[in-house]
Amino acid sequence: MSSTALTIQNITMQFGGVTAIDNLSFEVKEGEIYGLIGPNGAGKTTIFNIITGNYQPTKGDILFHNETITGTKPNLVVQKGIARTFQNIRLFKTMSVMDNILIGFHNRSRYSYAEAILRLPRYFGQERKIRAEAMAILNEFDLTSFAEHRATDLSYGNQRKVEIARAVATDPSLLLLDEPAAGMNPSETEDLSTIIHKIKKDFNLTILLIEHDMKFVNNMCDLVTVLDYGEKIFDGKPADAIVNEKVITAYLGDFTHA
Amino acid sequence: MKQTLLKTLLIIASLWLVYLVNSTMDSYTLSIFNNIGIFAILALSYNLINGVTGQFSLEPNGFVAIGAYVTALFLIPAETKVDMFALVDPAPSVLAMSAGFLPALLIAGIVSASLAFILSVPVFRVRGDYLAIVTLGFGFIIRIFAMNSPAYTNGAMGLNDIPEYANFLWIGTIGVITFVVMIHIINSKFGRAMKAVRDDEDAAIAMGINTYKIKTISFMTSAFFEGIGGGLLASFLSTIAPDQFTFLLTFQLLIIIVLGGLGSMSGTLLATILVMGGMEWLRFLDDDMSIFGYHTGAHPGMRMVIFAVLLIILMLFARKGLFGDRELSEIIKSKFKRRDA
Repeated sequence: MSSTALTIQNITMQFGGVTAIDNLSFEVKEGEIYGLIGPNGAGKTTIFNIITGNYQPTKGDILFHNETITGTKPNLVVQKGIARTFQNIRLFKTMSVMDNILIGFHNRSRYSYAEAILRLPRYFGQERKIRAEAMAILNEFDLTSFAEHRATDLSYGNQRKVEIARAVATDPSLLLLDEPAAGMNPSETEDLSTIIHKIKKDFNLTILLIEHDMKFVNNMCDLVTVLDYGEKIFDGKPADAIVNEKVITAYLGDFTHA
Repeated sequence: MKQTLLKTLLIIASLWLVYLVNSTMDSYTLSIFNNIGIFAILALSYNLINGVTGQFSLEPNGFVAIGAYVTALFLIPAETKVDMFALVDPAPSVLAMSAGFLPALLIAGIVSASLAFILSVPVFRVRGDYLAIVTLGFGFIIRIFAMNSPAYTNGAMGLNDIPEYANFLWIGTIGVITFVVMIHIINSKFGRAMKAVRDDEDAAIAMGINTYKIKTISFMTSAFFEGIGGGLLASFLSTIAPDQFTFLLTFQLLIIIVLGGLGSMSGTLLATILVMGGMEWLRFLDDDMSIFGYHTGAHPGMRMVIFAVLLIILMLFARKGLFGDRELSEIIKSKFKRRDA
């Protein structure tokens, strides 16, 4: 039995009087691909923002490898090994694909400001090292030919891939993907699921993803949690989720009183 | 390896050019070169915080003033200070200040950078245009301080008889150093992080970057070189007064970096030459001119009108500045690539 990577413990999140998440708990085991699904406004992205430290939950705790990380600053959460992508692609627009990836290496390239200005040997050594590693990541995503292109010149599907590659570059053990397949056509989606499976194996990742595309979820996820209005309404295998009455009601509405 | 060699050759060539200009030009031409050199140092460092890091700041006049006053007080001999301070006697600490030119410049830079650090503690904790407001106010405070503390700054009368060490050898060499330092910063993990902060701060944080630290480093570096630039200006002009360091100075630098392209150091350099050289070159417009036998008469200030029109035309054709946010080397590279394809 593998150990627990991420524990969501009785999280409640209130914005003013609105309860966005109500006493939610679930666990993600190491090496799993875990899905978080639910209709719009169910609180999925809010959970991501709590895990990454952007929001401070009203109640409850987040545990990463059994260590509490609630209230840790977002940039320190990344250094602990949790990386994320955004629902709407947020690449660094004026920078090349390569530079976008290199940003992920920021904390792993160890040279000081003075060493950079004076161009001391450590600068060259470290830069050479991270550039080689970044190239390896680009290769993993089939993006090597775009390395020197501006990130925003790429197709939508490739921009998605760059965003995931950039997150992988921070050397995470847990990867949070916010609607990775949104806006993609079926062939791009298929391509993406192949890549996600590949990087999960190659970089030894645990993945938590938010998604609407049920076919994609069914193909990808080992387990899912379904949210509706901040409450958990289902926990289990994706195949069981699609036939669960509560889940169908949440997505399509209640027909019994119609 | 090839790049490093090319870069070293370019640096040596530009230093040799500095030496050549300094030894062959007459004093009028040299004064234009000196002006361009000082403004290049100021604009390059201003571009780091404003263009590369994308934090809209209006700080240069404040830090230039600090650099100028600190350098001047260190350079002027004690007995000259006693004679010069007309309103009140100079403070004992002012009399004690004395240093060589290079140490004085470095101290000026360090004082500016330290003040930048103090400013950045509250300002960078919040996002938005606070930096612009705070730095604008900071410039006013420095000027008012200079006006109203005669024991330290000789008040509105300013400081004169500042030893003129700053020739083009100094200014040009420090200009080359500034340019190289800026390029080195941009092409390192720090420069990439600064650009990331400019493009999308939330995404930069999500990459594990401490954006507060990056913004502070960038601001302090800008302040350091602005302090040194101020010191060079003081020594070059040999006289300084509070009124030289109004918001107009910042505004002039803002024109230069926007014209050159926010984030492009080579663009800033070219824009400095165009703006500072252009203002000098257009001087003939102020005089009486004869166009097809018709005498226009002398109109002082005419060159500023024409200059403004030229600037507007330039900005219409190059909306992101002359070089956008790219460097000259990148533009040349991409031109060659297109030819190959």
